[in-house]
Amino acid sequence: MAERSFKAEVEHLRKGAGHNFTGEGILAITKALLENGVGYVGGYQGAPISHLMDVLADAEDLLGELGVRYEANASEAAAAAMLAASVHYPIRGAVTFKGSVGVNVASDALANLASSGVTGGALVVVGEDYGEGSSIMQERSYAFAMKSQFWLLDPRPNLPSIVKSVGDGFGLSEASNTPVMLMVRIRSCHVTGTFECRDNQRPDLTVRDALANPQRDFSRVVLPPMSYQHEHDKIENRWPAAEKYIVDNGLNERFGPKAGKVGLICLGGMYNSVIRALQRLGLADLSGNTDVPLYVMNVTYPLVQSDLLDFCADKDAVLMIEEGQPEFIEQQLGAMLYKAGSSTKLEGKGTFPKAGEYTGQVMKDGIEDFLRTYAASLLPGQILAPNEPAPEIPDLSQTVPIRPPGFCTGCPERPIFASMKLVEQELGKHQISADIGCHLFAALPPFEIGGQTMGYGLGPASNAAFDGGGEKRAISILGDGGFWHNGLSSSIGNMVFNKSDSVAIIVDNYYSAATGGQDIPSSRAKNASKATNNPITKALEGAGVKWIRQIDRTYDVTQMRATIREALTTEYDGPKVIVASSECMLNRQRREKPLRNAAIKDGTRVEVPRFGVDQDICTGDHACIRLSGCPSLSLKKLDDPLRDDPVAHIDQTCVGCGNCGEVADAAILCPSFYEARVVHNPTGFEAWKSGLRTKVISWLQARRAARRLQFSSNLSQGAA
Amino acid sequence: MSIELPIGTGQRDAGLDGVIKLAILAVGGQGGGVLTNWIESLARAQGYNAQATSVAGVAQRTGATIYYIEMAPASVPNPVFSLAPAQGDVDVMIAAEMMEAGRAILRGFVTPDRTTLIASTHRALAVSEKMVPGDGMANAEEVRAAAEMAAEKLIMADMERAAVGAGSVISASLFGALAGSGALPFDRAAFEEAIRAGGKGVEASLRAFAAGYDLAQKGEDQPTEQPKALPALAPSGSSRQIRAFEGLMARINALPAEVAEMAEAGLRKVVEFQDVAYGAEYLDRLDSFVAKDHADKDHMLSLEAAKHIANAMGYDDVIRVADLKTRASRFDRIEDEMGSAGKTLTLTDYLHPRAEEIAGLFPARLGARVEASPAWMQRLDRLFNKGRRIRTDSLRGFLMLYLIGGLRGWRRKTHRHALEQAHLEDWMARSHGYLPDRYDMAVEILRCRRLIKGYSDTHARGLTKFDRVLEGARLVEAREDGPEWVARLREAALQDEKGEALDGALKTIRSFL
Repeated sequence: MAERSFKAEVEHLRKGAGHNFTGEGILAITKALLENGVGYVGGYQGAPISHLMDVLADAEDLLGELGVRYEANASEAAAAAMLAASVHYPIRGAVTFKGSVGVNVASDALANLASSGVTGGALVVVGEDYGEGSSIMQERSYAFAMKSQFWLLDPRPNLPSIVKSVGDGFGLSEASNTPVMLMVRIRSCHVTGTFECRDNQRPDLTVRDALANPQRDFSRVVLPPMSYQHEHDKIENRWPAAEKYIVDNGLNERFGPKAGKVGLICLGGMYNSVIRALQRLGLADLSGNTDVPLYVMNVTYPLVQSDLLDFCADKDAVLMIEEGQPEFIEQQLGAMLYKAGSSTKLEGKGTFPKAGEYTGQVMKDGIEDFLRTYAASLLPGQILAPNEPAPEIPDLSQTVPIRPPGFCTGCPERPIFASMKLVEQELGKHQISADIGCHLFAALPPFEIGGQTMGYGLGPASNAAFDGGGEKRAISILGDGGFWHNGLSSSIGNMVFNKSDSVAIIVDNYYSAATGGQDIPSSRAKNASKATNNPITKALEGAGVKWIRQIDRTYDVTQMRATIREALTTEYDGPKVIVASSECMLNRQRREKPLRNAAIKDGTRVEVPRFGVDQDICTGDHACIRLSGCPSLSLKKLDDPLRDDPVAHIDQTCVGCGNCGEVADAAILCPSFYEARVVHNPTGFEAWKSGLRTKVISWLQARRAARRLQFSSNLSQGAA
Repeated sequence: MSIELPIGTGQRDAGLDGVIKLAILAVGGQGGGVLTNWIESLARAQGYNAQATSVAGVAQRTGATIYYIEMAPASVPNPVFSLAPAQGDVDVMIAAEMMEAGRAILRGFVTPDRTTLIASTHRALAVSEKMVPGDGMANAEEVRAAAEMAAEKLIMADMERAAVGAGSVISASLFGALAGSGALPFDRAAFEEAIRAGGKGVEASLRAFAAGYDLAQKGEDQPTEQPKALPALAPSGSSRQIRAFEGLMARINALPAEVAEMAEAGLRKVVEFQDVAYGAEYLDRLDSFVAKDHADKDHMLSLEAAKHIANAMGYDDVIRVADLKTRASRFDRIEDEMGSAGKTLTLTDYLHPRAEEIAGLFPARLGARVEASPAWMQRLDRLFNKGRRIRTDSLRGFLMLYLIGGLRGWRRKTHRHALEQAHLEDWMARSHGYLPDRYDMAVEILRCRRLIKGYSDTHARGLTKFDRVLEGARLVEAREDGPEWVARLREAALQDEKGEALDGALKTIRSFL
């Protein structure tokens, strides 16, 4: 079960013609798929399209009613490969994953798919994880469209445009027998808005129907000599067909006056930022009516040469607005203009920074610079000669601390890395390689463990050079999501086959947690339509791992540390794999909290644990925090003139996971930590016993208090 | 240094009449998404076109994250909204935490020509602030000062406390503050309707909303100026000891006014730690510094002596820990913190004694011999060195700690006490050695006591750092700027756990010798 439920929103997907749909981009895409008679959908989760997978999973009933097959694919490669169904059968299929990393993983299947060509519309919805909020390397998915020659849509970021582009994508795909990639940017996925619905369509041919009438066409197989023909087919037939479809259906758009000295060309996804810059420069109104000719590429690949040359024809200069690098489109456009002998000046990178996101300010500065150079008369006086000096505000860059993402309160991965840090204190620093997943946060303070990440499921594989062993063993981390995605074969298989003398730690938190808590084969949840509860250790055994340690409670830091120590020091020289399992706390709380509250209401006996720090025992050295970083373990300044440093303090968000107490014990830090369990609805005997104890304890306390000096306040009263 | 804002501020953009741009900067997990939904549905219900964006995913795992909303009246056909805030172009900035307010200012989202800044003054400390061995908390006053300059209108209050007080979360009190700020052209009832339409935890949200609304309208009650002096706390206990204590208080009252307050806090600490006689010893030690102090230095020496001698004398031994763990005041405080008044509570203390702690309880000479013998220490380790979970709410667990806590009469004979006394005397002697000529040096040496804290390894590391700083002090003791260097060494020692900054500072000193 995923972190966010879309069950309520999914009901709106049933709306038909005459109704408006209001909601998020990802829901709009799902609705558009249904309106366009999609026959099968799938994908692999990852920001920013994780929620699209969640929506599809929550909409499984509706999909079933329409005869649409939904598959939670094992990886992006598996998702792309699924589009093979559209090669021979006239069935529309759509899969989704994140770009550019998902496209990297899928590129093998995508290249074969593009070579074969398709009969039914094949759509890849890529969530381009670029710019602020991104969690991956900053690259563009664009290159994949170019190298394999499938088409790339980048619609304007509003719901009607995004919805339209889904239909356009299927149409374009079928008209040109080519798969189409629909790119939605990080913020478009969650942008809200309204569009007019159409009725959902059952696919003309369902995948079940297709199975009854299997088809094969040898000419579609990627083998010589057909593969040579595919290359020619792409250039001679599919490309021209695509250009024709784009022009005939007006997929690219023009705004502003027809004629002008200058023009702007932007990708559809950048349209709103371009208009905002023009609005701020006084050259567009709020509805987007602009005084500057604007060419919007909702199809960013292929470029329609005739259309672009026509736009540039009477202009002194055009500005290509293309974020990220390399500037693929600018290069193509430059070649077009040069070969056509055009005198139109092309600006782009240079006016804009070569690398990095085009934020609001960058966009405004770039367009303003361009207009100042080529069409200064367009700019209003206020912009040309601002008469107010910019106000000065104190610089806070040295004051405000950075706040990167980190482990949540109660995260079961925290004790794993606390244990690793403790082992490193004993045995020295080790070569550590990380993977993709929440556990990568361990690379940040306070743990500072792991210095590299090579890709999903590739943690142990990226330590392969050290498989031969040495004075110290290499350690690699692999999440359960990464394990099932690619890790079992690429990492574990690699370790076994090469007799790796290193250690792999598999962080098993019962979900694909970093992407939003989707189920995976080893999830402990019961899932009506997916097979869960497949233990990782069994897969390891099957793959040939002999040294396996299963830890069922990662919070046991003493045991965790002993196990890691054992793996690093044992005589055994084959692959050593530790499976550290405890449920993702975010998901666990979401699951348990409502149940617990209901139980308390019902009068059932419930213990609610929370940790605390004795403020007069804590000396303010913060050693516990250097082994934790838990958001609920913070600091508090005391109102005690004798104390210079703030003491540790646990706030009410603590979920009682026990990490801080365990760490204080295992690392022998201090005796400040305690666990308090409030017992709701205690049994009668329990309440009686507790009352009796309290009486005796109070008597003892009073007895001692009477025999010595005591001051009525605590030693150090908190400031709070 | 200052950041320069983009040009053109001071003038509303002609093309943007009617649009309202609102950004929310929050820490993942604060409910920024809920707040965004409320604002969006509020705007739609009031006949506005609205658009919201956010970045989901790992960015929200406790990291700083941003939500953005734009809205325009329905009279504007098909408005084109931006998907992200731009510098100098935000009308309302909501910061759900003090440093996030700072980040909003730093990023240029708060400008004097247009921005209403609504910020919660509470702190959610970043890891980098918390992990420093000393005090690494960022300076909130700098952010406040910058906010006052950067915002057109500023609303700052502890919205977290307001929300928690109402049994809700900060998104609700911030929504109330937004209503109270008047930054949006909608009335209060419309805001409340948006909460009701949301349907979850409505009553608590409305209470927090009201609290936020009032904070925005009326401002925060300024905390009444705390009287600096500790409230005169009457000691309780045996009357004989109270009389003896009053005798010591007479000595305190005879001290210079600047010193008396600190000395009283120190006296209480050592008396609670041991007894009145120990308190008298404390004052004797303090007097040795007071005698060499003078008013033109504001009695700095005595002040530091009063603080640090008390801390040194009230060291953290097993007896003190057990005593503190079994006091009634502790039980009350926990009950208070857990909100468990009248409920049944279990209490588990995480303790892990080592051989050193056990040997520390032995008589001084025996303890010293045992500690010097690896074989004996190993034996003790086998017997005692393991993590213990003591159920302090059970009679058995309580009694065990209670009995250890009652060993105060024995304490003065222990090995640990002898060690602490020797260390204390050495340290004081070192400071005295610089008097009267090198007054500032003597003060700095006293202040170095701050380095010794924690238990077991942390304590040992603190001692090492203390020794190294004092060693470093030897190198510069003859220099004019010696005291400044000692202060620098101490600050460096507090910066990181391993003492890498201290290594660097010592290296610098050696380079110019």
